Amino acid sequence: MIALLARDLRLAIRAGGGFGLGLAFFLIVVVLVPLGVGPSGATLALIAPGILWVAALLACLLSLDRIFALDHEDGSLDLLATAPIPLEGVVSVKALAHWLTTGLPLVLASPVLALLLNLPASGYGWLMLSLALGTPALSVIGTFGAALTVGLKRGGLLMSLLVLPLYVPTLIFGAEVVKRGATGQAVDSPLLLLAGITAGAAALLPFASAAALRVNLR
Amino acid sequence: MNLSVTDLAVARGGLPVLEGVSFTLAPGRALILRGPNGIGKTTLLRTLAGLQPPLAGEISAPPEAIAYASHADGLKATLTVAENLTFWARIFGTGAIAPALAAMNLAGLADRQAQNLSAGQKRRLGLARLLVSGRPVWMLDEPTVSLDTASVALFGGVVRAHLAAGGSALIATHIDLGLPEAELLDLTPLKAKPPGQGGITGAFDEAFL
Amino acid sequence: MSIWKYANPVLFMRTSGRLLPLLVPVTAALMLVGLVWGFFFTPDEMRQGSTVKIIFLHVPSAMIGINAWLMMLVASLIWLIRRHHVSALAAKAAAPIGATMTLIALITGAIWGEPMWGTWWAWDPRLTSFLILFLFYLGYMALWEAIDDPDTAADLTSVLCLVGSVFAILSRYAVNFWNQGLHQGPSLTIDQKQHVADAYWYPLMISIGGFILFFVTMVLLRTRTEIRARRLKALLARERMA
Repeated sequence: MIALLARDLRLAIRAGGGFGLGLAFFLIVVVLVPLGVGPSGATLALIAPGILWVAALLACLLSLDRIFALDHEDGSLDLLATAPIPLEGVVSVKALAHWLTTGLPLVLASPVLALLLNLPASGYGWLMLSLALGTPALSVIGTFGAALTVGLKRGGLLMSLLVLPLYVPTLIFGAEVVKRGATGQAVDSPLLLLAGITAGAAALLPFASAAALRVNLR
Repeated sequence: MNLSVTDLAVARGGLPVLEGVSFTLAPGRALILRGPNGIGKTTLLRTLAGLQPPLAGEISAPPEAIAYASHADGLKATLTVAENLTFWARIFGTGAIAPALAAMNLAGLADRQAQNLSAGQKRRLGLARLLVSGRPVWMLDEPTVSLDTASVALFGGVVRAHLAAGGSALIATHIDLGLPEAELLDLTPLKAKPPGQGGITGAFDEAFL
Repeated sequence: MSIWKYANPVLFMRTSGRLLPLLVPVTAALMLVGLVWGFFFTPDEMRQGSTVKIIFLHVPSAMIGINAWLMMLVASLIWLIRRHHVSALAAKAAAPIGATMTLIALITGAIWGEPMWGTWWAWDPRLTSFLILFLFYLGYMALWEAIDDPDTAADLTSVLCLVGSVFAILSRYAVNFWNQGLHQGPSLTIDQKQHVADAYWYPLMISIGGFILFFVTMVLLRTRTEIRARRLKALLARERMA
């Protein structure tokens, strides 16, 4: 399974792997928002938590269809399914690789973008923490969506329709942490709920994803 | 370590394609599947590999014994030959890739990216994966596609060595691999008959009729 | 005799075919009585005036909107565990009805909200949850449409329904957490004393009964259509084989 993780990371970094695309998308969305909303610092500070979280969510969504589609096309998914590692493990590793190549860079880049959106200084730590806790859930849920739509010709749009409603709780709790953190309120309950969603999704969803994958390989 | 199949029926796209398939594959033996295009060779191999459930019948195979090679080679274009093969060796928990590279005459290409290989070289790399899988029962779906005569002979030798080492192989092919000892199974008479004419019943859409 | 024998499509067709001629008039009568009584023969409410009468559409459709998903969840579980085709097809048949009812609840809610709260739409937790539920319906139906093989589609949508249910509940609590809201508490609860005056209570109950029967009738009708479509597919497949 470490071999699979290493391979996926290597593929992402090599030419054409798409590493950094999500990050660039995150940046562009965050740059576009002030252009649409207006340059007022107070307004931006108010909406910054939500914008940052929605942008992170969309950036995550962008790279989801690559999780299984490429492996399905070149036949490696069939071969992995007959390999001695359980499909649940394959799915979990794929989600982890997706998080390492998409979620983690977003977490690390978020303070810079928060600066652009005039987020109050007290919110920076909470922003990074909430993204660090919440983006794994986005990857795991997204992997489930990718597993559902892996064999489909135009799965990308359908996958967005399936995955985005599932992102609702993560988004709400994540943005709430930042909002409360930035205004100096207590953050522990949304933070714990966010962590709970991530933990629950990471523990249970791989089974659903593997089941969907098995059906799709049939 | 026999692979034995009893009265197997397989379906593709919800339709039965083959029925009454029975054979036993003992260690050291090879079985070549013959039959026209569309008869269900790929479907049969996918079913035996455990990728799809059979419609009826039984498959008894030792656990984790089957190495399946489909039309697609499962190669990553941006990885080198050695990286591609090392990945599969680690997935299957086996060791060195050098013997497999040597056996498939790929040693000189080890550092080349898979996207820069010719179709035949890619195919050879795909077949080298079987050697690093360390599994005894090979299931090969048209293994010789895009191989030249020398490579076919090379591959025939590899299969023979595998058989001599106690492995077995199930091969869907139209080409003579130079394995005179292999048995032949012609699938043409096993084409599934429509349910009204003595074909299998029960597992199909009958419930709706 | 077990209930599972009705999972046989042929028996289901026969039984539902006998049941429908009875169900349709009863449904029509109940809905007609409930709605006409509700709209024309109830007094205006003190504060809300006649706007309150939209309750006879709003509450039943909202109930069906939620419970249709629940029914789909149960049907999906039955399909996953016992592989009864009728169950999967019934789940498929229920989805558009549930989605429509959810939409009706949202629209009637907006129409009710305008005079009461002064706004067509507010990001109130109940409204938001319903909107999210509607999105779940859309995704579920889209997945059914996208997949050719009926059994594959049934498997995948069932898994989606299961996972979606968990996330729908999570969303409900998340949304509650996010905004406390304008919407009044539930008008009807089983364990508490009733909040609705008798004059509204009886027509509302009849209307709800009508909507439930309407849902059952529609699901039966649509399941029959789906079974016929599958039968057609099976017959065509045989023709191709022969």
